[in-house]
Amino acid sequence: MADAPLPSREELLVGVRERLAPLRDRYPTTEALTIPALHFAQALCGGWLPEAAIDAVAEELQLAPASVYGVVTFYDLFHLSPVGRHRLRVCTNLPCMLRGADEIMAAIRDELGVGEGEVTADGRCSYTHFECLGSCDTAPMMMLDQEYRENLTPDSVRRILKELD
Amino acid sequence: MAFEPVLTQNVGKPGILTVAGYRDAGGYAALRKALGMTPAEVIEEVKKSGLRGRGGAGFPAGVKWGFVPADTDQPKYLVCNADESEPGTFKDRLLMEKDPHQLLEGCAICCWAVGANTTYIYIRGEYTEAADILEEAIRDAYREGILGDDVLGSGFKLDIQVHRGAGAYICGEETGLLESLEGRRGQPRVKPPFPAIVGAFGKPTVINNVETLCNVPHILTRGADWFRGIGTDERNTGPKLYCISGHVERPGTYEVPIGVTLDELIDLAGGMHKGRALKAFIPGGASAAILPASQSHLNMDFDSLAKAGSMLGSAAVVVMDETTCLVRATWRLAKFFSHESCGQCTPCREGTNWMQMTLKRIEDGHGSEADAELILRMSRNMSGTALCALADAAVGPVQSLVTNFREEVDEHIRRGGCPLPPVPFFENGASH
Repeated sequence: MADAPLPSREELLVGVRERLAPLRDRYPTTEALTIPALHFAQALCGGWLPEAAIDAVAEELQLAPASVYGVVTFYDLFHLSPVGRHRLRVCTNLPCMLRGADEIMAAIRDELGVGEGEVTADGRCSYTHFECLGSCDTAPMMMLDQEYRENLTPDSVRRILKELD
Repeated sequence: MAFEPVLTQNVGKPGILTVAGYRDAGGYAALRKALGMTPAEVIEEVKKSGLRGRGGAGFPAGVKWGFVPADTDQPKYLVCNADESEPGTFKDRLLMEKDPHQLLEGCAICCWAVGANTTYIYIRGEYTEAADILEEAIRDAYREGILGDDVLGSGFKLDIQVHRGAGAYICGEETGLLESLEGRRGQPRVKPPFPAIVGAFGKPTVINNVETLCNVPHILTRGADWFRGIGTDERNTGPKLYCISGHVERPGTYEVPIGVTLDELIDLAGGMHKGRALKAFIPGGASAAILPASQSHLNMDFDSLAKAGSMLGSAAVVVMDETTCLVRATWRLAKFFSHESCGQCTPCREGTNWMQMTLKRIEDGHGSEADAELILRMSRNMSGTALCALADAAVGPVQSLVTNFREEVDEHIRRGGCPLPPVPFFENGASH
């Protein structure tokens, strides 16, 4: 969330280190822990990666911050700016498009009153379109935080948004 | 067609997510059998089955295993490609969520065959549920002595680790995946050397798709000859999961012998949505050439579809009815490839973006007479000119739009706009 306090450098280092501990002997190199570490750091920071989090991962893995930053920018699930407390990723690729994904996007825009990638004023939600999420049999669909919500209709997606805390 | 499901036979069985439940269904007998054979015998059986990779390229799995050097002191790895991201594809997710031990058993047999002691299951970051289910199944398998230092009392050592990706289509490409697994941007490598010689962490590595590995236990249990008896011919063998999506009544994953026709598949999926007429279909995921309705009688196997100028790919069948504008549909796929290009090869980075911009202007009514030829020229310049197959994949649907549906492109340009504006899918925001 945009205005939630971020963890301190120390908290980040300790948090990432704790979560990485059981993984260290599973890989022959430390660098292989980069993506797991970024997932952990992002979870600690409310869904995005401030510069301090990237620095903490780099320090923990003994990598150059620039190379970790390069990894972050390559992947769609990592974010460099604050996101809503709830994140909606709406699949708009062809199979979902054929089954009304654009109408789902329109309903979300209408319900939240902000544009794609923006965070609602209360910090509650942000949404983006997304590439195929591998759920074309239940199209249209979206990923709500870590969970798939399937067989959506404009009405059901409005209902889902109203019920979010 | 009296076909009994093989890969999906356990879907929905109570307790199947546990080792005990999977054993009750006959599971892990194939691994025990394999451990009683020599690795060479296991590879030979898989070769004999004719199993071809289910991830997209269709390379014979046994041959791939055979490329890994047998006599080396280096560690070797199996990497299971669970990065399923080809638009239209959702079969591997089903296999992982509904029968995780079938995959673990396939991994274990492969590792025994090639002499690997570690498997990484590289799963796309969005598949959180499948990753959780796999991790729980792996913990159970360690407790039950199926994984760890002494697999089923054989003395064979095997560890399996789930590795979550972070959202990038290119990581489904073998060497992009390896880069990502090693902690970097998922940019494909120069080949050769191939992963069988220099793969994960610089060591010999087999990379197989989820569905490919799920076939392996059944080949061991029921024999290569049984496997070869299923399918179109000796080059297209075995059961196959087809994902059908788009304008059908019941989109879903259907398991049938490889080589089913689209007509048969649409019947299985409950017919066309609202009884509308079929216009076009993609037989093998977003990278495959789009085919017209007149090709719906084709056997959808590796060779028949290649002959028709398309491909089986991941067997993701996207069905489009008569209301669909194919320029808009193709533009959406082109936009996907433009977004997913990793950017290191110029023809791909630039070409995919120019393709999507050209299609967009045609759809928006600003196309010019020269655009169809421009698309064909871009297609030629992108084919085979990049390190990996993403550029060729982008060419697949875009080029086919011009070669198979030229009239529709021309009509957009003549009219200065789209003759088939979007038809709302929902009525009053609710029902389908």
